[in-house]
Amino acid sequence: MIESSVPRRTIAQTFSALRASGQIALMPFLSAGYPDLATTAAILPALEAAGAHLIEIGFPFSDPIADGPTIQESYTVALSHKLKLADIFKMVAVARPTVGLPLVGMVSFSIVYRYGLERFIADTKTAGFDALIVPDLPPPEAEAICGKIRAGGLDTVLLVAPTTTPERRAEIVALSSGFIYYLSVSGITGERDQLPTDLTANLQALKKLTDKPVCVGFGISKREHVRQLSGIADGVIVGSAFVKRITQHVGDGPAVIAKAVGDYCRELLL
Amino acid sequence: MSTATALPFLSPSTVPDAAGHFGAYGGVFVPETLVTALDQLTAEYTRAKNDPAFQREFDFYLREFVGRPSRLYYAKRLTEKFGGAKIYLKREDLNHTGAHKINNTVGQALLTMRMGKKRVIAETGAGQHGVATATVAALFNLKCDVYMGAEDVRRQSLNVFRMKLMGANVIEVHSGSKTLKDALNEAMRDWMGSVEGTHYIIGSVAGPHPFPMMVRDFQSCMGREARAQCLEKEGKLPDVIIACVGGGSNAAGIFAPFVDDPSVRMIGVEAGGRGSELGHHAATLSQGKPGVLHGMLSYVLQDEDGQTADVHSVSAGLDYPGVGPEHAYWKDNGRVEYVSITDAEALEAFQLLAQCEGILPALETAHAIAQAGKTAGKMAKDQIVLINLSGRGDKDCQEVARLLAK
Repeated sequence: MIESSVPRRTIAQTFSALRASGQIALMPFLSAGYPDLATTAAILPALEAAGAHLIEIGFPFSDPIADGPTIQESYTVALSHKLKLADIFKMVAVARPTVGLPLVGMVSFSIVYRYGLERFIADTKTAGFDALIVPDLPPPEAEAICGKIRAGGLDTVLLVAPTTTPERRAEIVALSSGFIYYLSVSGITGERDQLPTDLTANLQALKKLTDKPVCVGFGISKREHVRQLSGIADGVIVGSAFVKRITQHVGDGPAVIAKAVGDYCRELLL
Repeated sequence: MSTATALPFLSPSTVPDAAGHFGAYGGVFVPETLVTALDQLTAEYTRAKNDPAFQREFDFYLREFVGRPSRLYYAKRLTEKFGGAKIYLKREDLNHTGAHKINNTVGQALLTMRMGKKRVIAETGAGQHGVATATVAALFNLKCDVYMGAEDVRRQSLNVFRMKLMGANVIEVHSGSKTLKDALNEAMRDWMGSVEGTHYIIGSVAGPHPFPMMVRDFQSCMGREARAQCLEKEGKLPDVIIACVGGGSNAAGIFAPFVDDPSVRMIGVEAGGRGSELGHHAATLSQGKPGVLHGMLSYVLQDEDGQTADVHSVSAGLDYPGVGPEHAYWKDNGRVEYVSITDAEALEAFQLLAQCEGILPALETAHAIAQAGKTAGKMAKDQIVLINLSGRGDKDCQEVARLLAK
C-alpha cells in the first residue's frame, strides 16, 4: 500500500505561517521506539491530524541526565527491546511520507560522537529529520559542530536556561537555527503544575535579542500553559505529558495509543 | 619525616587549557542549565587556589583533621615476597575516614562555603566518597544528600550506616544498572534543579571541567608528599608508581607531580573483572574507546550506538564505565601505562597484604598490589616500586568473606 506523500513543510515555513496567523506552535515530544517503533510510526500522522505543528523525536539513551523519571523510563523500555539507531532511522524514513510537518531529533552527544558526527548527520537527514537538538552540547563545544550540522542540511536548535548569562545568550542565539529552545525552569524534564512566575519576563528579554522563533519546554502539560504562552513564545514543547499518555495505554496497540495521543494534542490546542 | 605540605596547588602538568581540554579529551558536555554554575565554580576555584588564605585553610584541615602527611612505608616482607624491587606503600588508608577521598572533599567543602552555598550532594559507589562527603558536611555544618546505587547500598551497608550516623541523607538509586554511573546521573539531575544553593562534590577526576582539574589538584598532595618522602628516604625518585584506576582520582593525585620526571614509570591498574567480554569488566582505558559520558570526552565503555555498557568489578569503587579525561590524555601520549587485574587476582592480593604486612587494603587498592607483584618481581633489588595504598579494606570484609566462602 503506497500512499502519495504529504507535502513537507520546513521549520521556517511553519513558523512564518504561524506568525502570520498569530498562532503558537505545539510541538509534542515522543521517545522513539516507545513502547515500540510501530507505535511511534502510527503516532506521527495522528499528531499532524490533531493539529501539532512540529514533532520532536527523542533518541533513547542509557544515561539521560536532563530527563525526569517519565522520559527516562520510556528510554529504558525502548532500549530493553534492543532498539538500535538503524531501526530508528528506518522507521522515520518509512513514516516520513505520511507527515508534512517538520521533525526535530533530540539526541545526546554521547550517541552522536560514538556513531560518528558526519555519519549521524547524513543518516538523520536521509531519514527525513529537519533539525537536531543536542542538549548536552553547549557552546563552546557546540561551535564547530553546529557548523557541520547546518552544512549537512539540518537546523541546529540550542538551549537557553534561566541561568544562562547575557553573554552566553547572545552566543547561543547566534549558533541556533530553526528555533531557540528556552527551558522554562532550571531542572529536569517533567510535568509541573504552574509555570514559573518570571517566565514571561525572561522570554520577552530573550526575544529582544533575536527574531528567530523561541519555543518553551520543560514542565508544560496543560491547555492553560499553552494559552498563557500564546503571543509571548513562538511555540511550546510538551514532552513528559505525551509520554505519560502513551504509558497509560501500553499494551493496547499502536492504533489505540495514536488516538489517545491525538486526543491529548487536540485538548492542548482547544 | 619531611615537612611535605599540600602546597603549592599547581601540578607540573600543563593541562587542561582554559576550556578544560586535556589534549583531545575533557571539556564541558552538559545541559546548558549547568554551564553557568560550572563557569562560576571555575572562577571561584581559580581565585581560591591563588589565595594564600584558602591555601592555609586547606593545608590546616589536611594536617589537623585528615592527619596528613600520610606515611610512606617500606613494606619489607612484601618486598621479600615479590623478590625484586623495594616496595613502598603510600598509606592513604591511614587518613581519617580510611581513604584518599577525604583530601578532595575537604577542598570542595571549603570552596562550597566560599561560594556561600549551604548544601552539598555527592554520588558514591563503594561509599568511601559518600563517607568523606558526609564527614566534611558534618565538620562544616552543611546539609548533605548522597546518591548511591541500590546495588551498592546492599554491597556496602557499613558505609551507608556511617554516612547516616554523620547526618547525611542517603538516597538509593533504582534507575539503570543501580550502580555508580546511575548515582552520578541522579546527582546531576538534582544539581540541575538546585544549582543556586547546592554544590555537587564530584568524587573523582571525572565529569565536566573544572572537576577533573580541581580534584586532581586537591588530590595531588599525595604525589607531592610521596616525591619528597622518597627523596628523603632513598635519595632518589621511585622507578615505578602503581595505582588503581576507576574514575582515576587516587592515580591522578599520585601521578601528576611526577609527570615531568621521565625516569619514573607509571602504571594505572583497571578492573579486569571476570573476563574481557564487554559487560564483564571495568577496564575502560584498556578496552574502551573515546566517547562522551557524564559531561566529559574520555575513554568510555559503550556499545556501537553510544549506549553505556554494563560493567563489572569485585570492587564497587572501580565499577565505572568511564574514566577521567587526563588519564585518556596520558594513555594516548604514552606517559602512563594502563593494565588490568582480574577479580581473582585482586582477591588474592587482598589476602597477601593482610598476611605479609598486617594491612587490609581496599579491594580497589588490591588491584594495584596485584600488579606490583607482576612488575616488581622482574626488577632489580635496588629499584623502587611505590604503590598508592588508596584505602583500607574494612568496608570490604563482608563481601570478601562471602566471595571466599564460594
